[in-house]
Amino acid sequence: MSIGPRPEGWHPPALTPAYRSTRLRAPSHPPLAMPPGPAEEAGPVFGHLSLGPLDGDLLVNHAAPGETAIGPRIRVHGTVRDEGGRPVPHALLELWQANAGGRYRHARDGYLAPLDPNFGGCGRVMTDAEGRYAFRTIQPGPYPWPNGGNDWRPMHVHLSLFGHAFAQRLVTQLYFEGDPLTPLCPILNAVPSQAARDRLVARLDMEGTVPMDLVAWRFDVVLRGGAQTPFENRAEGL
Amino acid sequence: MRETPSQTAGPYLHIGLAPEGRASFGRDLRAPGVRGEAMELGGTVRDGAGEPCGDALIELWQPDAAGRFPGTPGADSAFGGYGRCACDAAGRYRFETIRPGAPFVSLLVFARGINAALHTRAYLEPAEDDVLRAAGDRAGTLMAAWDGATARFDIRLQGTGETVFLDF
Repeated sequence: MSIGPRPEGWHPPALTPAYRSTRLRAPSHPPLAMPPGPAEEAGPVFGHLSLGPLDGDLLVNHAAPGETAIGPRIRVHGTVRDEGGRPVPHALLELWQANAGGRYRHARDGYLAPLDPNFGGCGRVMTDAEGRYAFRTIQPGPYPWPNGGNDWRPMHVHLSLFGHAFAQRLVTQLYFEGDPLTPLCPILNAVPSQAARDRLVARLDMEGTVPMDLVAWRFDVVLRGGAQTPFENRAEGL
Repeated sequence: MRETPSQTAGPYLHIGLAPEGRASFGRDLRAPGVRGEAMELGGTVRDGAGEPCGDALIELWQPDAAGRFPGTPGADSAFGGYGRCACDAAGRYRFETIRPGAPFVSLLVFARGINAALHTRAYLEPAEDDVLRAAGDRAGTLMAAWDGATARFDIRLQGTGETVFLDF
């Protein structure tokens, strides 16, 4: 697999002072840019993982029998590809999120909104042979967070992905089209360009919605690697 | 098409990355039948003020005792080579693994305030390679203190003794 250097100005820099926690956690030296070697081109193999049938269904995977989580029912789906546009099959995608009230099931989250006894907020799925994935959940709620001012996290889902190489490892967040809090978020705005931020916004997908059941959101992911070289773009014979 | 941009894993990363009862993603890589010499690898993660990062999570990736990565021909099929450890309140992490048949293991640091995972290496022995050469007079931050059983590798995110981080 060919993995090229990360382009400058695309990912968030380490230090983004408007996101206060970066001030003491951002390295002051830039990372050393190195070509990937065997340690980065190989990656964990999760073929032995047998995912449970409910691992990708957060509506019910923490719920009592016959019950479901509270909140707008949604389905998030998309395709995982590499930079050359090729689907990444059998990629592990893990996710976690707040409940519909904006509260995490976590000991350190003391937000006023209550926990939902039927919602855990954790799931995982694997892409199929064509790189497609889908999970069912509830729309997470926005919530305030301590960042020195009146800061609110927009509705979002945390995503963690593995490709086939360790250098493809990606942890990111998915936001929802139309949420008025999204453009105000210091964490999303750590990403420098609008074009790059737009890539983190899931789009309403009416074709994928299930009538009288749930709304679908489309979110495609691109992992590093597989980008074409300029030579591969040449027409044959030139 | 460019890679999807990274975002911080945030303060609640444990929900998704270290849920209870998921042994396959734990800090013990010594599954039954794994070949090799036991090695404990651990240390403390500190921020620019020297304070421990109690909400960080470390991922470990390494080859087997013969230096082969899981998924490559001839690799020890009992060894997954991958682990995760959430730091305790004192910023400490610790893996139970085996000594790799290579000079180093790879580590990723995730935490609130880290916009994109920080990639580094813990070297268990001196090596002539491009990473240590490029690190120059900061290469010492990549060297674990190895006593034959335990490798101690502290991670300083910022400031005095700042760990060298790598962009592959």
